Amino acid sequence: MLDKVLFYFFAGIAVVSAVLMVTRRNVVHSAIFLITALLATAGIFLQLRADFLFIVQIILYVGGIMVLFVFVIMLVNLDVALRQIQFARQKWVALLVALALAGQVGLMFWSSGKMPGQGLPVLTATAADRLPLNSETVAHSLFESYLLPFEIASVLLLVAMIGAVVMAKKRT
Amino acid sequence: MLPIGHYLFLSLALFIIGVIGVVTRRNVIVVLMSIELILNAVNINLVAFSRLYGDVAGQVFALFIIADAAAEAAVGLGIIIAFFRNRETVLADEMDLLKW
Repeated sequence: MLDKVLFYFFAGIAVVSAVLMVTRRNVVHSAIFLITALLATAGIFLQLRADFLFIVQIILYVGGIMVLFVFVIMLVNLDVALRQIQFARQKWVALLVALALAGQVGLMFWSSGKMPGQGLPVLTATAADRLPLNSETVAHSLFESYLLPFEIASVLLLVAMIGAVVMAKKRT
Repeated sequence: MLPIGHYLFLSLALFIIGVIGVVTRRNVIVVLMSIELILNAVNINLVAFSRLYGDVAGQVFALFIIADAAAEAAVGLGIIIAFFRNRETVLADEMDLLKW
């Protein structure tokens, strides 16, 4: 019951603020609504008992990436951009893309019931109080099974950092 | 946890809203933010399946996606700053230097 209440609370916040993010004219308002959407997603992670990702989402996404976004919004000229048209005239393209995506997923749900054979096995997740410690298992998986992807990700971050510095630097 | 369909539909809704944002907005910064929203929707899927199957690998993948999103945001915003310095605009349809 509590699970259900928490899920619908956070999901409602996430969807509503995502819609507001896409539709607001002011870029700063968009950024604020994206922050609330990301925080609501962090709540969903917590409801799924992914404690480590919950903390990472808040510290890294909300504290790191979004601050970067707000900095850049302040750097580029806000007043000029506000007076221009904010929406490209592509409403129909957007509607088409959204309908195609939704139709695809609907087709998948519809046809999954008609598959021959046993169908999907109905799984029930383990009870929340019998899960192992989350951060510990994530650390084991990350540093044992996925050590090489972890190192590649760190190289990627280094490359991105150098690239961002080079691109944002003033030409001399 | 709730049945997996709840999480799939939440993720689908966020994904579609993000795609609509990418297609309709002119401001490149909002387009980048919509991409962050799309990546976030994928993360919800991964974590929900990780919880369903009791396998923590999904959460590790979600961590990699967050690292990717950070790299993408840094490089994308660097490009935006460099472009704004040259052309004094952040609107996507005025970025036509490669068009002839």
